[in-house]
Amino acid sequence: MAAAFETPPLGEYPVIPLVHEGTMAHSKPFVAKPEHQKGVGFPGELVPDWEKVAVAKLGELVSESRALRVFLDSCVKCGACTDKCHYYLGTADPKNMPVARQDLLRSVYRRYYTLPGKLFPKLVGARDMTKDVLDEWYSYFHQCSQCRRCSVFCPYGIDTAEVSMAARDIMDAVGLGQKYSNEIIGKVHKIGNNLGLPEPALRDTLEGLEEDVKEETGVDVRFPLDEKGAEVLLITPSADFFAEPHIDGLIGYAKVFHAAGISWTLSSHASEAANFSLFIGNHDNLYKVAARIREAALELGVRRIVVGECGHAWRVAYSFWNTLIGPFDFLDPRYPAPQHICELTWDLIQRGALELDKSANDDKVVTFHDSCNVARASRMGAVPGGQFTIPRNVIRACVNKFVDMPAETIGATTFCCGGGGGLLTDDLVELRVKGALPRMQALQTVVDEQGVNYLAAICAICKSQFTKVLPYYKHPMDMIGSVHGLVSKAIVLGPKP
Amino acid sequence: MGSDPIFQMSALTIGYALLFYAAAGILVLGVLARIWRYARTPQPLKIPVPPAPTTRGGVVLRMFAEVTLFRSLYRSNKWIWLFGWTFHVALALVLARHLRYFTEPVWTWVALIQPFGKYAGFAMLVGLAGLWARRVLVDRVRYISSPSDHLMLALLAAIAVSGLAMKYLAHTDIVSLKAFFLGLMRFDWQPLPADPVLLIHLALVAALMIVFPISKLLHAPGVFFSPSLNQVDDAREHRHAAGWSARLVPPGAAEGR
Repeated sequence: MAAAFETPPLGEYPVIPLVHEGTMAHSKPFVAKPEHQKGVGFPGELVPDWEKVAVAKLGELVSESRALRVFLDSCVKCGACTDKCHYYLGTADPKNMPVARQDLLRSVYRRYYTLPGKLFPKLVGARDMTKDVLDEWYSYFHQCSQCRRCSVFCPYGIDTAEVSMAARDIMDAVGLGQKYSNEIIGKVHKIGNNLGLPEPALRDTLEGLEEDVKEETGVDVRFPLDEKGAEVLLITPSADFFAEPHIDGLIGYAKVFHAAGISWTLSSHASEAANFSLFIGNHDNLYKVAARIREAALELGVRRIVVGECGHAWRVAYSFWNTLIGPFDFLDPRYPAPQHICELTWDLIQRGALELDKSANDDKVVTFHDSCNVARASRMGAVPGGQFTIPRNVIRACVNKFVDMPAETIGATTFCCGGGGGLLTDDLVELRVKGALPRMQALQTVVDEQGVNYLAAICAICKSQFTKVLPYYKHPMDMIGSVHGLVSKAIVLGPKP
Repeated sequence: MGSDPIFQMSALTIGYALLFYAAAGILVLGVLARIWRYARTPQPLKIPVPPAPTTRGGVVLRMFAEVTLFRSLYRSNKWIWLFGWTFHVALALVLARHLRYFTEPVWTWVALIQPFGKYAGFAMLVGLAGLWARRVLVDRVRYISSPSDHLMLALLAAIAVSGLAMKYLAHTDIVSLKAFFLGLMRFDWQPLPADPVLLIHLALVAALMIVFPISKLLHAPGVFFSPSLNQVDDAREHRHAAGWSARLVPPGAAEGR
């Protein structure tokens, strides 16, 4: 377990810390065991000649990604990104400044693939691929949640997420994987979801939910599984089946489908929206996990695919699915493929298909946390920025009291929850707590000034992360909730009086 | 003069003539090779960064705002923006002003900007000084700077200072200099004035041209190829495929579904 640490104090206003070298050098997630590595197609332990393998893999990745090639060449070290990363702001460790994090890999690229780096390594900050460098990669490329906040501020759009994904892919290729992500991806390949929940258990859970909702509302809201011919296939993070407050979101989706009379189904074959292969930057796994969804959609003969509340899953779905598992010409062209659950709900609200009683949420003053992958790697609706307005519209339709956190901490410049990008694991608690500082600072502002008592989010990772870190900042853990948890409370079911 | 054999030229003139041919060749071919490589490298996935335009025209506007106004940098840090933008605009003016030494007759627009171009050299220095000060004074920027980052600033500053020195302190024989460069362009070499400040200025400029294609100065062509800035946000409407992603065969697709 990580050594004891102190939760960073919240000041009256946010501050940019002075550089404090090495504060997080000890932070490392558990290393994947050979069996975890095998499940995702990587060597079980450090391969012989790993330095050569790593350098060759780097060259291969650069040659197949224009982004990586341009990003590695273009940085001028202007410093614009240095105060933008939540992990730097929360830890003061300079290697958590985006440019410094990139340079851990760029220095190796320069050494082996550029003329000045080959001739004058010291002058241009080029380094040999050594065990020390590899260890540093393992530590600091697992202190990046790939949230892309830095890229918004970079004059060249350099995206540290691309660099950290490449670094993780290289580490996997030489046999140094991260246990948390690789074990989970292995479970998806084997069983179909991150939790390793087999079909009978899933069916049980869903039946239990039907009973719960019946008890609460007196209405038969269904949670169908593997129903051929349903209109909609719902792909949602498996945390929605079990975890709090995620499950309230799932109940909300079901009530929306019920109220709108849309037939829908979950799939036991593709019972997971998450695709952690994104985090490890490996496209074979990325494709393999996504392929299950196309298989399920074809098998069940659905006409639409809707994605539940999950940040990076929505990135993969919105930005990559068409590329990976498209074209979706077998789906109904009248709807976007895929469609976000918030898009679906907002569309129904606009058409007057849902009856919502805002007063059911009058005990709450709500604010909304823009999840990084939704905010900065995807969109909703037809116009730019829909990923910001649509979830807020849904919330406003369900609650009377809604306020936003300070402008520089939401929207395109939102702060990550601190647990994204494959870091949502107990062996990284210190990093997660410290990385949540900027978000907690912004939250404190609206708690103090507007009495906010409910933080709504549309990401399974954000929800789990906040449940864990809110108490460190003296907020109740159940302050975090699903947007569709609010919908679930407000929605009026059954025949209209 | 044109009939003079080359061996009557001074070693200095020959040396600088060859240096500038080499520097120009390295600059042009080096940058073209880079651009070729950027263009040939596939971008398999869609990764535009918001606020991302949904049309090609929107991307053109976005890129225009980035390269002329440094919009992202403005949002990011007003000081870096102020110094960086000042430097780049001044550099553009100075470069444009220098066209008068390579054209005969001088183009009208080049003549028109002459009054501004003359002072732009100072603005360039102010911008460089500001950026350099940040590199030394701001601990975060100091931490990320390597020797080459300081050297690059030193090189640019030395070019500006030596140029301003010739404009305002010790005038060089500008008529002969122009004859030298026109001669280079027409492959009809003319003698280069042996003025030490001029020789320093020219040598530094040649050095800058030579390092351009192998240094961080590649940000100039690079920005246009940055997928996060130049991609259209239309992943759901248009199926994007390139490189490895173009080789994927999705399940069921083989049966024509």
